[in-house]
This record gives sequence, structure tokens and C-alpha cells, in this order.
Amino acid sequence: MLQQADQIFILLRNWIVGFLPAGWQTAAGVVLGVIGIVVVFPSLFAIAVLMERKGLGRMQNRLGPNRVGPFGVLQPIADAIKSLTKEDIVPLNADAVVHFLAPVYLVVVAFMGFAVLPVGRNMVLVDMDASLLFYFAMGASTEVSIFMAGWSSRNKYSLLGAMRAVAQMISYEVPLLMSSIVIVMMTGSLSLVKIVEAQNQYTWGLPHWYIFTPWGLAGFVMYAISATAETNRSPFDLPEGESELVAGYFTEYSGFKFALFFLGEYLGMLSISGLGTTLFLGGWSAPLAALNWVPSWIWFFSKVMLSIVVLIWVRGTLPRLRQDQLMNFAWKFVIPMTLLNLFVAALWRFMGDGWLRWVVCSSILISVYVVAGRTGMQREHFGPRSYRYAE
Amino acid sequence: MGFPFWLIAALTVAGGMAAVLLRNLVHCALALTIAFAGLALLFLQLDAQFAGFVQILVYVGAVAILVVFAILLTRGSETPKDGGVFSKTWGAGLVIAAAIFAVLAWAVLESRPGLPHETGTHNASVQEIGTALMGRYVLPLEIVALLLTAALIGAVIVALHEKKEEAR
Repeated sequence: MLQQADQIFILLRNWIVGFLPAGWQTAAGVVLGVIGIVVVFPSLFAIAVLMERKGLGRMQNRLGPNRVGPFGVLQPIADAIKSLTKEDIVPLNADAVVHFLAPVYLVVVAFMGFAVLPVGRNMVLVDMDASLLFYFAMGASTEVSIFMAGWSSRNKYSLLGAMRAVAQMISYEVPLLMSSIVIVMMTGSLSLVKIVEAQNQYTWGLPHWYIFTPWGLAGFVMYAISATAETNRSPFDLPEGESELVAGYFTEYSGFKFALFFLGEYLGMLSISGLGTTLFLGGWSAPLAALNWVPSWIWFFSKVMLSIVVLIWVRGTLPRLRQDQLMNFAWKFVIPMTLLNLFVAALWRFMGDGWLRWVVCSSILISVYVVAGRTGMQREHFGPRSYRYAE
Repeated sequence: MGFPFWLIAALTVAGGMAAVLLRNLVHCALALTIAFAGLALLFLQLDAQFAGFVQILVYVGAVAILVVFAILLTRGSETPKDGGVFSKTWGAGLVIAAAIFAVLAWAVLESRPGLPHETGTHNASVQEIGTALMGRYVLPLEIVALLLTAALIGAVIVALHEKKEEAR
């Protein structure tokens, strides 16, 4: 019974596919998987938007949406209808073709990343050797769409926003990749399915998730920072900073195209949280051996939604960085720390089992972190608040 | 060489042609991106997963963006008012391009009999490529890494130098 609950979607797919002639079954199975992804993740997007609006509202001492349905839970539906019926305005000088293609391209690429994420036991659309590489290839292609949107709008705010976004995404892609490489080094495989399987073991009822090792924890922190920057979320939301750039690269978008950008952004958040879950938080494996009876997909989606909650929490808490701070942080702190983490992971691998490697690896990471942080803070000369750009 | 190959090949060639023939430089860069993506798809069709994904990661993700940045920073993004895309010396250019293509094609066709005749399909998996890079070919890899690091430091030094002169 529990086994069936775990595999319910696989069984459902096989049952539907069983009605078709034998030659069509493989193709139909793939199509059903795609339909699953296209239905499930936009629904999670609706839930995430509602959570964000309610949560941010509470953090800012207001109620958030509360008119549509009980406690405002039907707000996403109202938003969808609104954006579908709104007029679609294209600026007179805009490059119409590129302007139209940008949001479409963004959403297509954002959906592609989900193809390789294992959302449950046996539940992955494409199980290939190089799935992590595929994910990063798809993640890197979103930059083109952001540039297309910003350039084709013929609006200086759009172009500035796009330039900022592309510079930021290129800078933070390096630490994102570097923090994930540690996992590849330890697992010995680029396949996300194998990475989850390597973490799905238990000692004394506790899981072997990579976050519970010194290099895993350090890698996870770096991954979380660069993932936040990669998805243009606050505190790294300079590309769409509303106090400076109106709305950044999608200033000139309205109606459904704007909704597509919104969808693409949240899909990016969901997929990068999914990847973080897969790499560091054990993917679909249960947090305790005793909880293994809960279906695996429930664990995956709860971990993803928990990451989204953390992202919302961070957005409600931290102020926005300045452009130079953003770049200095990436190149002078995050990238050196990920390089150090690579070294520590190699050390961990070659020191063999035992408690010694825990002590050595943790002390290297902590001491470097503390020293780098202290010297960085001293160089900043923190004193009474002064205003450099406003008088 | 089925229908997918011809579809991808047509896409790649169309992207390449558009990159040459369009008048707006940014459009050219975007068309070039299509050609890069088409090449990646061709690699994937040959079961070369590593080459295909790295092609997307490096060319679509980074090189296309670099090209676009270079165009925007040099103010080349305005469409020229008059005149075509052909320069005065397009005839000589065509001859040189055709000559290079002929030499390359000749070299490829000549080298084919020299290759061992493999009948079975040999899929170079990502794991095999990784093992080879870290084992047998680790020295070339390290040399390339050193070269790239030197280039990176050089770029930083060039940027630093300009900043100092501005400050004076």
C-alpha cells in the first residue's frame, strides 16, 4: 500500500499508457511526464506567489491579499485572469519580434531544467549521465532572453536592467558551478539520480545528506547565495530595483508577456531550489530512517517549498546591495571560498574514514571564513553612517 | 541522416546566414546564437552529450553574451541608415572563404581512409571523458588552465591600469 503511494504517479502513467498500442507507449509516457511537469510546477508557482504576498505582508505589518476567496487564497486565479485580459502594449520603437520572443524563450528554457530533476523515487523525466551539465546549460541560456527583453524594449531602464542582470548572472554562475562541483567530486557522477541515491543511506537513523559534512555545509551556503543572485531575488534584485530602474528589463512588458516573465522567474526559483535540494538536502530521501514510509515525492516538494519560504524570508529581511558591493562579494569572497571548499573536499576524500577529517576540514573552513570576514570588515572602516551619493 | 538531421542542419545554416546577412548587429548576434544552438543539437544527435551541453553552456551562455556586450559597449547597435551588408571587397572575401573551405574539406576527405574503420557504435560517455581528462590528459588540461589563468590575470591588469590613469 505504502509502496504504491510512493510510486502512485508512475503506476498512473503506466495505467494510462497501457491503453495505447505498443509502438506509441514510450512516446506517450514521455508526453505524460511533460504534462506532469507543465501542470505541477506552475501550480507551485501560484502557491509560491500567494505565500510570498501573504508572508511579505505579515513581515511589513499589513494583511496581504484578503479579498478573493477565504483569506485571499484565490488571489492567483484573479491575477491570472487579470493578466490574460489586460491589453498587450508593445512600444512603438520596440523591436517587435525580439520583444515577443524574449518571454517565450525564457519560459521554455526555465521548463527544460525540470526535465532532469528527480522529484521522487524513479520519478525523473530524462535520466542521463550528464544531467547536471544539462541543467547548467539550460540555466546559462536564460541570460540571452533577459538581454533580448532589455534590448528590444528600446528603453534605457530596460537596457540598464538587462546589463545589470547579465553581469550579475555571469558573475554568480561561477560560484554556483564551483559549489556544485564538490558534490560531483564526492559522488563521482554527474547524474542527479545517482547523487540522490548516494545520499539515501542512513547511519543510526540519520541520513547521509551532503549538507551534514563540513564541505557540504560550506558548499550549501555558497550555493544558496549564488542561487539567490542567479534568480535575481532580493537582496540581489538590482536588475529590477524599482527605486532605480522602474522594473528593470521587463519595464515595457504588460499583460500576458509580463505574466510569462513572472512565471519564468518563479520557475527559475523553483528549479534552482529543486537542484539545491537534490545536491545538498538529499533530494527525495526522508530526513529520518523512521520516516521512510512517507512517499518520496512529498519529501522533495516539501524541501523545495521550504527553500522558497526561506527565500521569501530573506527578501523580507535584507536590504538591497549596491552594484560594487555585489561584484566585490562575488569575486572577492564567494569564489575564493568555493575554491577553498574544493580543496577541503579533496582533503576529506583522501584522509579516509575517522574523526580526524571532521576536525581538520571544519577547522580549515571556519578559520579561513573568520579571518576573511574579519579582514574584509576591517578594510571597510565601519563608522557612523555617511552618505556618499546623496546629500 | 534522417529528417531530424536535415531540420537541425537547416536551422544551423539559416542562423549562420542570418548572422551574416542581417543589418542590425544585435540581430546578427542573436542569429549567431541560433547557429550555436543548432551545432549543439547536432552534437547531441551524434550522442556526444558532453560536447553538446558544453557547447550550449559556453557558446549560448557565455560567448553570445560577450559578443552582445561588446556590440553594446562599442555603440555598434544602431542600424546603418543606408547601404547593404556587403563591403566593396566581398568578392575577394568570398574567394578566400571558399579556398579555406576547400582546403578543410580536402583535408577531412583525405584523412578518412587513414582512420581505423570502426563498425560498432562507440559512445564516449561523460564518465569516460572525465576519466581521460583527469588521468591520461591531465598535463595538457593543466597547461590550458594555466594559459586561461594568465589570460584572466592579464585582463584584470589591463582594467586596473586604466582605472589608475583616471584617478590621476
